[in-house]
Amino acid sequence: MLHIVACIKQVPDTKIIKMNPKTNTMDRASAPAILNPYDAHAVEEAVRLKKRYGGTVSVLTMGPPPAVKAIKKCIEIGADAGYMISDRAFAGADTLATSYALTKAIEKISKIKPVDLIICGKMTIDGDTGQVGPGIARRLDMPPLTSVNKVKEINVKEGYAVVHRKLEDGYEVIQSTMPCLMSVEKEINEVPYSSMSNMLKAARYQPIIWAVADLEDVDRPQLGLKGSPTIVSKVWAPTKPSGGTMLEGDAAQQSQQLLNILLEKKELFAVKGGSGVEF
Amino acid sequence: MSEKFDCIVVGAGPAGISCAYELAKAGVNVLLIERGEYPGSKNVMGGVLYRKMMEDVIPDFWKEAPLERPIVEQRFMMMDKESAITFGYKGMEWGKEPYNNFTVLRAKFDQWFAGKAVEQGALLVNETVVLECIVENGKVVGVRTDRPDGDLYADVVVLADGVNSLLAKSLGFHKEFRPDEVALATMEIIKLDKKIIEDRFNLEENQGTTIELFGDATKGILGTGFLYTNKDTLSLGVGSLLSGLIKHKIKPYELLEYVKNHPMIRPYIAGGEPVEYLAHMIPEGGYKSMPKVAGNGVLVVGDAAQLVNAIHREGSNLAMTSGQLAAETVLLAKERDDYSESTLNHYKTRLMSSFVGQDMKKYKDSTHHFDKFPQYFDKYIPMMNKAASQMFTVDGSSKWEKQKKIWRDVGSAGEKIKLARDAYRAWKVMK
Repeated sequence: MLHIVACIKQVPDTKIIKMNPKTNTMDRASAPAILNPYDAHAVEEAVRLKKRYGGTVSVLTMGPPPAVKAIKKCIEIGADAGYMISDRAFAGADTLATSYALTKAIEKISKIKPVDLIICGKMTIDGDTGQVGPGIARRLDMPPLTSVNKVKEINVKEGYAVVHRKLEDGYEVIQSTMPCLMSVEKEINEVPYSSMSNMLKAARYQPIIWAVADLEDVDRPQLGLKGSPTIVSKVWAPTKPSGGTMLEGDAAQQSQQLLNILLEKKELFAVKGGSGVEF
Repeated sequence: MSEKFDCIVVGAGPAGISCAYELAKAGVNVLLIERGEYPGSKNVMGGVLYRKMMEDVIPDFWKEAPLERPIVEQRFMMMDKESAITFGYKGMEWGKEPYNNFTVLRAKFDQWFAGKAVEQGALLVNETVVLECIVENGKVVGVRTDRPDGDLYADVVVLADGVNSLLAKSLGFHKEFRPDEVALATMEIIKLDKKIIEDRFNLEENQGTTIELFGDATKGILGTGFLYTNKDTLSLGVGSLLSGLIKHKIKPYELLEYVKNHPMIRPYIAGGEPVEYLAHMIPEGGYKSMPKVAGNGVLVVGDAAQLVNAIHREGSNLAMTSGQLAAETVLLAKERDDYSESTLNHYKTRLMSSFVGQDMKKYKDSTHHFDKFPQYFDKYIPMMNKAASQMFTVDGSSKWEKQKKIWRDVGSAGEKIKLARDAYRAWKVMK
């Protein structure tokens, strides 16, 4: 029986978030908190593997108390259990400190039930680094399988997994020993509309929440801001492209003006290797 | 494998949440289903929350609820194109406990309120649409949702699904709206510095003003506008009956743009940044448009039961009281273990004898009357403005002469009689 742990994060919805123009930081209050979209695919893949091979799916997150909402979302998708580590000591963690804290939590989960597979989303949409997954794999001495867009086979008995890893011009087929860690691409699956029984289960669900003191063998200097060597020296929002010409006049005048521009800049529309578009 | 609850409440607005809160508090196994991402995400109102009815559900709620400002002043503006007659009341007794009413932003408030119901033990499921009631042998026995394995059962279903209650319609309780039974309101939330708001509206910290706008705010079409102060935003909106919008071929957002640029309003919102745009229907048909509110295994509350007092811009309070009375009725039915229409009709009796039913009856002809006789809005309000301008402009003519001129401006003897008749009619529908 497989025990899969999916690592997830609650993030601000960066599609609608506003930047503070003075400090160049994200105004987190301006956007609702959502489950990181890549992580939804990670949980969905874990649930599908559970259906294929039997087993249980646990989700794990680190975050402030409101992040319970993200765990509930995972229960809606079909996860069986949710764990959250939440403590002021974790605050300000970069990817190194985050992977350390999550590793300590996974070690604790393993004592409840040995972990066969860890699945993460490719990256978070607020940090875009994709480093936490491989960081956990390194710390647990597991093979990190990144950019996975298909899980072809899992063989618990023989202890191996076969996956497709996305490459720029195709994919490669990798066989790895288990336990291992996968970070998955969005295209690996589609997250379906959750069933009513899962919705009710999620509405009733209360995750298990651990503070630092609940974890074992924790080297506190490796946690939070203290354990984070990353220095963000400067953040800025990309400048918006300016310019553009507004065409005025009636429809006929506007189309004439547009045609003139197109003729003037026709080399821009030339077909690669051809002689260009004939006007 | 479908679950069965004691009660399913469809829709997490003031009516549905009040009902679920009371039931959960009494230990009833209640499920609250909301179609939005969270309660409040799809809910819209101008923004006045009435203390009394909210307090009936949660005593001392103002100590922790996300409220904007206690309202200490209510103003009314009778607007013409470039003028307005304003009157109002401001009283410091409204600025301290227990307060009179508050401005709120529904996205925050409803979320908090639903959270309180969950604390009491109600189960909340979001992002789920109820497609229809499950009816067996002439009795509502549950709901069908749009989710896989989405059928759920209950002894009684409370429909709090809002103004366009598809569920009440599908049960045959409610007909399709006529355009003169429903208003369309559009509003903007305009961000403005807290200090600027307080200066412009002559307020101290933690004080708020509401201004109701009549006449030219809706270009003389039957309807009203409003301008409310929140903490660091203003809510500016305008609503009018669909029939009026259709007749005058005006789009709702055009009306909002018009009022934003009106010289009586423009200075209040100058420099503000619109941060949210909302639109919603308001049931304004009144008593005569009310659907059947109780059936076998089903109750209808709030906007779904058309419980809005358009004259006094009240709705959320009527909704809360109706939700509470529905809960009371469910408890009675549970005690008797009888969810038939005859038992559930207790709700109707209680509703109609409460202030909700009384006010619905009192104003039963008002919307219809003002819709039928548009002169109140498109003629008499401008007339009042001209009269005030005449009277207060110092130009060397005597006050007697001014009064004579004002009286002459009303028109012929026939028109004077008409004015008197209209005044009497208005008094009759409002009395």
